[in-house]
Amino acid sequence: MKMIVQIGAAFAALAGASIAVAATPLQLSSDVFVERTISRDDGTKTIVLEKPKMVTPGDNLVFVVRYKNISTATANNFVVTNPLPPAVTFDGTSDGLEVVSIDGGKSWGILGNLRIAKENGATRAAQRSDVTHIKWNLNQPLTAGAEGKLIFRGVVK
Amino acid sequence: MKTRHHIRSRHDSRQRGCYKALLTSISAALFAMPSAAFAAGTLAGTDIQNVASATFDTAGGPVTIQSNTVTIKVDELLDVTVSSTDPGDIITSPGQTANVQTFRISNTGNGDEAFTLTANVANGGDDFDPTLQQIILDTNNNGVFDAGVDVIYTAGANDPVIAPDQNITVFVITSTPAGVSDTNRANVSLAAAAVTGTGAPGTSFANAGQGGGNAVVGTTGAQSSANGFLAVQATSVNLNKTATILDPFGGNRPVPGAIVTYSLVATVAGTGLLNNLVITDPIPVGSQYQAASMTLEANALTDAADADAGTFNGTQIRITAGNVPAGQSRTVTFKVLIP
Repeated sequence: MKMIVQIGAAFAALAGASIAVAATPLQLSSDVFVERTISRDDGTKTIVLEKPKMVTPGDNLVFVVRYKNISTATANNFVVTNPLPPAVTFDGTSDGLEVVSIDGGKSWGILGNLRIAKENGATRAAQRSDVTHIKWNLNQPLTAGAEGKLIFRGVVK
Repeated sequence: MKTRHHIRSRHDSRQRGCYKALLTSISAALFAMPSAAFAAGTLAGTDIQNVASATFDTAGGPVTIQSNTVTIKVDELLDVTVSSTDPGDIITSPGQTANVQTFRISNTGNGDEAFTLTANVANGGDDFDPTLQQIILDTNNNGVFDAGVDVIYTAGANDPVIAPDQNITVFVITSTPAGVSDTNRANVSLAAAAVTGTGAPGTSFANAGQGGGNAVVGTTGAQSSANGFLAVQATSVNLNKTATILDPFGGNRPVPGAIVTYSLVATVAGTGLLNNLVITDPIPVGSQYQAASMTLEANALTDAADADAGTFNGTQIRITAGNVPAGQSRTVTFKVLIP
């Protein structure tokens, strides 16, 4: 009797896992690193990326979003969206292929083309500090097993 | 500078080329962005949470997935700036008490922090050391020292707690020694240090930060001080007495019957105002004061103790010349007869 229960539990776990794979043929993971400058004894400095638990205002952060197609089918129109945490100022991406939003994700564009309305009715060019969301439209199909990473930088406000 | 990185681009070669550009911007950013530019900033204890989402089309239709959420906490940054808010030197005088010098303490960190205050009246490079009377917190926050209203500071007992990006006003009350001279200056400094701790920038105090994180010393070292100056304005008075004799024969010999005119010139030197100058002179023994012969600045004075400045009491003349600015003089004359 006890054995049957265990088998049943194991089967349920297996079934659950297979359902999960079917529902998410892509893996998406988010990671954040902080840049630390380390002074060596010989006076040179090295920048290393650390996995932080704690940061302070002014720290430079590197966000890494990894994706991988773990299914056997090709995924098309692959789009990754990353809302910027409120306490972080956008500081560029590694590939420069992103579009951004400065209005909470309502409208999108290349940062240099976006403008912000000022109180007096005029507009000014949007700055990195205005960015609220970052989005990548990967135009190529993501074939089975394909993977990559998207990197953007931010500064703790 | 050598740069090592743990992240490599794998998606395509084009990304790799762009990543080199990113590395360049990293080194530029390091120098372009000192932490001091982020006064206060995100409050200590705030969580920074990042989550990405992806949408794509499969044979089964569009799919949206979420990444894991990565969370980091913002530590408390300990930073403080002290400045003197006096418009210039605070004027004092020999022996004066209750000189008030005003300083501003600004919490440029990102958490509520208490600060220890220390006044130093014995700085080098100045002319005298005043005596510290009290450090006063401007508790009614009006920027003006209100004796009996603003609270006396006692280190460790009422260290002021300042919110991020806020400041308080502190008064340093001193007294000036009696022996100082005109134009002497004194350097008085006020220092503030974070109670949580101070040290080299980057020094970390585990779990000591607001909101449960660490407290990290910022670019100011979590301590700061500023100088203010006292300047002495003092006056001195020099009294010069001369005599002119007119004898009964039209000459200038001190013979019986001659009239002697004494002239007293009081000259005020230094800086500021000499208060309540009083000139007295006893009538020389053997001579007789000539009634109503006193003058002050060539104006005749009566001998009686009345509204005017001069009095003769039978043995000496007394003239109250009032307040005299430095650089001016007052001339008094009176006459006696050689019997």
